[in-house]
Amino acid sequence: MASSYNAKEEDGHHSGAPAHGGAAAAAAKSKKPDNTAFKQQRLPAWQPILTAGTVLPAFFVIGLIFIPIGIGLFVTSNNIREFEVTATPTRDTSNVFMYYGLSNFYQNHRRYVKSRDDSQLYGDRSALTNPSKECEPYRMSDGQAIAPCGAIANSLFNDTLELYHIDSNGTRNTIPLVKKGIAWWTDKHVKFRNPGGNNNLTAAFRGTSKPVNWRKPVYDLDPSDPDNNGFINEDFIVWMRTAALPTFRKLYRIIQKKAVTTPTLPSGRYVLNISYNYPVLSFDGRKRMILSTISWMGGKNPFLGIAYITVGSICFFLGVVLLIIHHKYDTRNNSADIPN
Amino acid sequence: MKDVDGNHPIRPRATPVLQEFAGEGLRTLALAYKDLDEDYFHQWKRRHHEASTALEDREGRLDQLYEEVEKDLLLLGATAIEDKLQDGVPQTIEQLSKADIKIWVLTGDKQETAENIGYSCNLLQEEMNEIFTVSGNSPDAVREELRNARNAMKPDAVDSVFPSERSLVKGPKVLMDEEVNGEHGLVINGHSLAYALEHGMELEFLRTACMCKAVICCRVTPLQKAQVVELVKKYKRAVTLAIGDGANDVSMIKAAHIGVGISGQEGMQAVLSSDYSFAQFRFLQRLLLVHGRWSYLRMCKFLRYFFYKNFTFTFVHFWYGFFCGFSAQTVYDEWFITLYNLMYTALPVLGMGLFDQDVNDAWSFQHPRLYVPGQLNLYFSKRAFFKCALHSCYSSLVLFFIPYAAVQDTVRDDGRDVADYQSFALLTQTCLLFAVCIQLGLEMSYWTAVNTIFVLGSLTVYFAVTFTMYSNGMFLVLPSAFPFIGTGRNSLNQPNIWLTILLTSTLCVLPVVTYRFLLIQLCPTINDKVMFKVRQTKASPPPPTRRARIRRTSSRRSGYAFSHAQGYGDLVTSGWFLRRPAAPRPLGPAHAGRATTGFSPMGRSAGYSPTGRPQNAKAPGVEVTSLQMYRTISDAAL
Repeated sequence: MASSYNAKEEDGHHSGAPAHGGAAAAAAKSKKPDNTAFKQQRLPAWQPILTAGTVLPAFFVIGLIFIPIGIGLFVTSNNIREFEVTATPTRDTSNVFMYYGLSNFYQNHRRYVKSRDDSQLYGDRSALTNPSKECEPYRMSDGQAIAPCGAIANSLFNDTLELYHIDSNGTRNTIPLVKKGIAWWTDKHVKFRNPGGNNNLTAAFRGTSKPVNWRKPVYDLDPSDPDNNGFINEDFIVWMRTAALPTFRKLYRIIQKKAVTTPTLPSGRYVLNISYNYPVLSFDGRKRMILSTISWMGGKNPFLGIAYITVGSICFFLGVVLLIIHHKYDTRNNSADIPN
Repeated sequence: MKDVDGNHPIRPRATPVLQEFAGEGLRTLALAYKDLDEDYFHQWKRRHHEASTALEDREGRLDQLYEEVEKDLLLLGATAIEDKLQDGVPQTIEQLSKADIKIWVLTGDKQETAENIGYSCNLLQEEMNEIFTVSGNSPDAVREELRNARNAMKPDAVDSVFPSERSLVKGPKVLMDEEVNGEHGLVINGHSLAYALEHGMELEFLRTACMCKAVICCRVTPLQKAQVVELVKKYKRAVTLAIGDGANDVSMIKAAHIGVGISGQEGMQAVLSSDYSFAQFRFLQRLLLVHGRWSYLRMCKFLRYFFYKNFTFTFVHFWYGFFCGFSAQTVYDEWFITLYNLMYTALPVLGMGLFDQDVNDAWSFQHPRLYVPGQLNLYFSKRAFFKCALHSCYSSLVLFFIPYAAVQDTVRDDGRDVADYQSFALLTQTCLLFAVCIQLGLEMSYWTAVNTIFVLGSLTVYFAVTFTMYSNGMFLVLPSAFPFIGTGRNSLNQPNIWLTILLTSTLCVLPVVTYRFLLIQLCPTINDKVMFKVRQTKASPPPPTRRARIRRTSSRRSGYAFSHAQGYGDLVTSGWFLRRPAAPRPLGPAHAGRATTGFSPMGRSAGYSPTGRPQNAKAPGVEVTSLQMYRTISDAAL
C-alpha cells in the first residue's frame, strides 16, 4: 500500500492536488481558514466555574440580604390594617381603601377572558353596532348589538355598599366614599373611551341594547358625572380588568384621609349597608367587604416577607453546610489525580 | 545471478550498498536482466498459457514455469525507494489510545511489514505482554490459534461467546467488553482472516480481538477491510471510524460509522467517499479530541437546555389549570408565547451551541481522558433527560406558586389592582425569562463577547418589545391585538413585583447551584478536575515539548527495509543497522530523526528497537539512530 513517494511537506501543503480542510491547493489560492480568533475558536472568554470561593460567599450574601428584606416586608405587612366585614377601631390617618372580594369566581376562565370587544370599549363606532364574535352569546339582544358586549361586562358587580359611622351622639354620619381614582390611569384615559365623546351618551348609544343582566343601560351608570359615565365608569373599568385567580378583590371606594391629626376612621360603631344585588350562591361563591390601608408594598400580604425570611435562612444554612463539606472533602480534590 | 561485467563484479559492490540502503530504511530493489531467445520465448509462452488455463495444479505449474525462466539473470545494480510515515502518526496513535479508542490496522502489506509499522507507530509496544499471531491455513487451525490466544489472555474465560446468553432479551446481541490483565496484541493474516470472518467463527475472532489492545490485520483485501468494520459495528456497542487514503480503503470508509479520507498523492477516491477528509493522519487527533468532543458537549448542552426551557414554560400552564377551571387559559400574554422561542431565548441558546467549550484545544490534547464522557454517553441519555424534566417540574412549581402567593389579595401602592390577569401574566413571564436566563448562565462555561451580548441583549429586547407592545401607540393601531396596554407601566413600578421576581429567580436557581457544587466537591468528573487545573494555571499551557520536532529537509533516515520476504529479512532482525561507526555526521537538518541524539526514556519514538535490544545500553562511540516512520493506511476502529 505504502508504495508511492510522498511529497507532502510538514504543514500539509500540496502541490497541485485539490485540497480539503487545511491544505492549500496552490500557492495562489488557499482554502485554509483564516487564523483569526473567531474562526479558530480562540475568542477571549470568561470561563466561570463553581468554586468554593464563589459559591459559598454568594450563599452567605444572599442569606444576609434576603433575611432583612423579609423582615422588612413582614413588619410592613403587619402594620397594614385590614379587616373584613366587622369593623375594629383604627387610628390610621392615611387613606382607607374599601374593596369587595369574591371567591370561587373564575374571572380567569378562557372563554370568559375572551368575551369582550376592546374596539367597542375604545369607542369605535363600527364596533359599537357590530361587536366582535368573541362576545357570543352576549352579543345581540332584541335584534340590537349589546353595548358593552361580552360575558365580562354582563357579569358586572352591582352591589352597593354604604358605610355609616354612629358617633357619640347617636347620629348616623355617612362616610364619604370616593368613587373616582380607583381604576388605572391608562385604562381610564386610553383604553376605554365613550363613542362620540363624553357628552350626550344617550344619543351616542342609540341603537344598542343594555347587557342582559344589567338593570340600567350603560349610559346610566353614573348620570351625575359625565366623566364617570358610559364606558369610562370606573367601577365598570375596574370590573373589566379580569382577575388572575378565582379569589380576588377589587377596589370599590376610597375613604379619603382627613386632617393629619384626625384618624380617617375614628373609633366607634359602624354600620355597613349592602344592597344585595349580585347573586353568588348559584356558583357557590362568597362575597366579602375589605377595608384596608396601603403601604409601599401594597396590601396586607405576609407571604412575601415570610418567603424571604425562609429562603434567606435556607441559603445561610446551606452555606454553612457546604462550607463544612468543602472543608472535609477539598483535600481530595487535588488536580494531581487527573488520570493521564 | 551472475555479474554483468565479468571484469568488474557488481555483486561485491552491490551487497554493502543494499545493506546500507536498507539500514537507512529505504525499500531496496535489485535489478537484473537476461536476454531471451525468441523461439524459446514463444515456446515458454505457449506452455505458460497452458499452465494458466490448466484445471489441475494451476498454481504449481505456473510456479514451475516462473522458476524456469527467472534463472541466470545478470545483476545490473540496486535501487532504493523511500517511503515514510507521515509526521505525528505515533503521537496521534498514542493519544487516541489514551482516550480509550481502540485502534486496529488493516493493511495490504505483508506480515513483517505490518508488524514493523505497528512497532514504529506506537501501536505494538515492547511492554506488551504478548503479541499473538494468527496465520493458520485452515478453519480449525485459525480457531485453535484464536482460542489459545484467548486462553492466554484470560485463562478463566467462559467458553461461550456471549457470557449472558441465557438472557431472554431479544434483539441484536451485543458483545460486551471484557477485562484482561496486561496488554496484548494480535496480528492476523489475510487468509486466516478469511476463515475468521466466516459466520461460525466471527464472534470468536471478534472476542479475541477485542481483548487485545492493538490488532493488526495484514494482507487484507479491500472487501475484508469492510467486513471487519461491519463485524465490529454489528456486535459491539461502539462507534467505528475508518481512515484511509487510497481507493482500496473506500469500502471500509463507507462501511464505518464515520469515514475519514486522507487527501493526497493517491488520489481523491478516499476523500470523495468519506464524511471528513483532511491531508494528514495527525489531524485525526484534533478532529476527535477537540472538535468531536466540543461538538458533543455543545449538542448535549443545547438539547438539555432547550428541553428545560420549554418544559418549564409549558408546565406552568399545567399548574395554572387548577386555578382557572381547567379552561386552558394561558398564563402568559399571547405575544410572549409567540416570541419566547423566536426572539427572547433563541440567540442565547444558539450562542451556547456555537461557542461553548469546556477547555481549550491545548488542554484537550494534554488530557485525552476528557474524551471518555462522550464515549459513555454521559451528557445526554435517558437519565439526563429525566433529570432535566424533573428540574423543569420544580422550576415550574416555583415559577407559578411564588407569584400566585405573592399576588393573592395584593394591590398596588396606591390601592389599585395588581392582581389582575394581565399583571399576573407579565409577572410570571418576567420571572420565567429571568429564571431561564440565569439557568443558561449556569450552563455556559465559555462566555465570549458574542454570548454575553446575546444573553443581555435578549433580556433587553424582551423589555423593549414588551413595553412597545404595551404602549399606547400600538393599542391605538390595533386595539384587539394589543389588549395589554398599560400593564407594564402599572405593575413594573411596584417594588413588591420586583421583589417577587428576585425571589422566584433565586429560588429557581438555588437548588441547581447547590447540586452542582456538591457534585464538584464530592465526585468530581475529569472535566471538573481539568477545568480546576486550568483555572489554577490561569493561562493556556504551551504545547507539550517532550519531543521537539526539527524540520528536516533531508529525507534520509534510518529504519527498516521491509518489502521482500527474501533478501534482507536477516538484515532487519540482526539489528546490525542500529549500530553505526561513529562517523562524523553533520548535525542540524541532515541529522536523522529526532532532536535527541540519545534516547528518550519514555515513548517509542526515539531509538526503539523491535528486535528487543535494550535501549539503555549505549555503547561508547556508537550513535544511536532513531526510528523511521512509515506511512501506512490504517484503520482505526474506535
